[in-house]
Amino acid sequence: MLVTAGLLMGVTLLAASLLRPKKPSATKADTYECGIETVGDTWVQFRVQYYIFALVFVLFSVEAVLLFPIAVAYNALPLYSVLIAVLFIIILLEAIVFAWRKGVLEWN
Amino acid sequence: MEFNIIKFIVDPIDGFIRNLLGFSPLLGDLVTMGLAAVVICTLAALSFMALTYAERKIVARIQDRIGPNQAGPFGLLVPLADGIKMFTKEDTTPRAADRGVFNAAPLIIATFALAGFAVLPFSPGIVGTALNVGVLYTIAIGSGSIIAIIMAGWGSNNKYALLGAFRTVAQLVGYEVPMILNLLPIVALTGSMSLMDVVYRQTLANGNPGIPFIVYFPFCALVYLISGIAETGRSPFDLLEAESEIVAGFHTEYSGMKFALFFLGEYVNALAVAILFVTIFLGGFAGPVLPPVVWLLIKCALVFSLFIWLRGTLPRVRVDQMHDLNWKFLVPLSIVNLVIMLLIGKIFVATEATQQATGGIVVGYYGQAAIFAISNLVVLFGGLALAARAGRVRRLADEKIMAARAEQNQLAASRAIAVGK
Repeated sequence: MLVTAGLLMGVTLLAASLLRPKKPSATKADTYECGIETVGDTWVQFRVQYYIFALVFVLFSVEAVLLFPIAVAYNALPLYSVLIAVLFIIILLEAIVFAWRKGVLEWN
Repeated sequence: MEFNIIKFIVDPIDGFIRNLLGFSPLLGDLVTMGLAAVVICTLAALSFMALTYAERKIVARIQDRIGPNQAGPFGLLVPLADGIKMFTKEDTTPRAADRGVFNAAPLIIATFALAGFAVLPFSPGIVGTALNVGVLYTIAIGSGSIIAIIMAGWGSNNKYALLGAFRTVAQLVGYEVPMILNLLPIVALTGSMSLMDVVYRQTLANGNPGIPFIVYFPFCALVYLISGIAETGRSPFDLLEAESEIVAGFHTEYSGMKFALFFLGEYVNALAVAILFVTIFLGGFAGPVLPPVVWLLIKCALVFSLFIWLRGTLPRVRVDQMHDLNWKFLVPLSIVNLVIMLLIGKIFVATEATQQATGGIVVGYYGQAAIFAISNLVVLFGGLALAARAGRVRRLADEKIMAARAEQNQLAASRAIAVGK
């Protein structure tokens, strides 16, 4: 499905490249900055907040991946196993509460 | 089930192709799957055209105007006009852009948006690929287009595109978490990650009660809906495209067909989210009298109209409000809800057989559904009450500060008048 969708979209791009006008000019090829000349380097400073959100996302993503087998086998599990899974989830709840209290989840 | 029109059309074609290529079952498989993929892609692209038209008209009516009505009767040829425009606009690539990455990004986004349709069940037994990890596949495909957004922002070599790409990815990546956490109770109750099984669990087959999961888990449905809307970057979470803020976000430097592919990716993603919500929470293609695919279309149209309604009505959220909503409200509540649901599912079971296998109190299917629903609503309203209380505390503190400041100003003003006199 991925391959077919990719091929279809590639064909569309190819068709468009045949149909469109090609008139490059110096001004058109400039980098856009709201209509004025560009000022300064392109690479802006990477704020650490993005990294922190990505890190917390990875944490919860790994938790979710580890919880999927428990969910799929849920109907056959006794209450004891589910309590262990709940313990695992509560430890991760503690993680996000800790991050919250430390003021790490603020967007400034 | 009743008369299944899609199976009626698909089975003869499938049989014909396999007969024709009887010498090689692999080739037969490939051709059938390729044909199915082409059909699904075409249908998705056609619905993209219809959806852009519907959205423009409905948002226009909400805003007390008519919307496009010049191209063709009632503006019905607007999607065609848009398509012609996209094909024939010049593709200005900035000279400082990183060619490979810049050109690949829209292709990847459009491909992953369309690939998400491979596991959606359109009819009983009709699905692109009968994966038994359909839910996981959907989440993975959703994460696939996120990397392409970074590619687009980086490859444009433009400050604003880069900033826009970072902010977009922070939002998309953040809202994946409540989405995944709220799918877990559904998967637990179904016992399988396959979307076809999820739909069958909500229909009157195999001894199932035929209760859609939105009745079981209204909180999960609501949070999944909110996360889904935030994932696709639609209003009210469309701060990524707010023209006044960051020009056009990560697709500033794109024009022509590449921009059209970004646009297509966004709408096809929104359609996929709508069909997923219908499949997982509203019962998919299940329904009494009409053919199943018609039910799917009706439900999906209703959900998408809800999306358009929200877009026309709600104001945009601020970026820090959006992140606060996600990490401080949705995620902790989703975790608490997950814990409660897992415990309740084991304590109150539905059938005698389950009680003998793993113990618990038998309450029957409807009793279990009622208990789940009530505890979900308790979690929802408890969470809302907590948030309201936190908001009120903050508002009172703010008001106190404002009052103190106003008093100081008054004092300073009267002192100034006294001195001036």
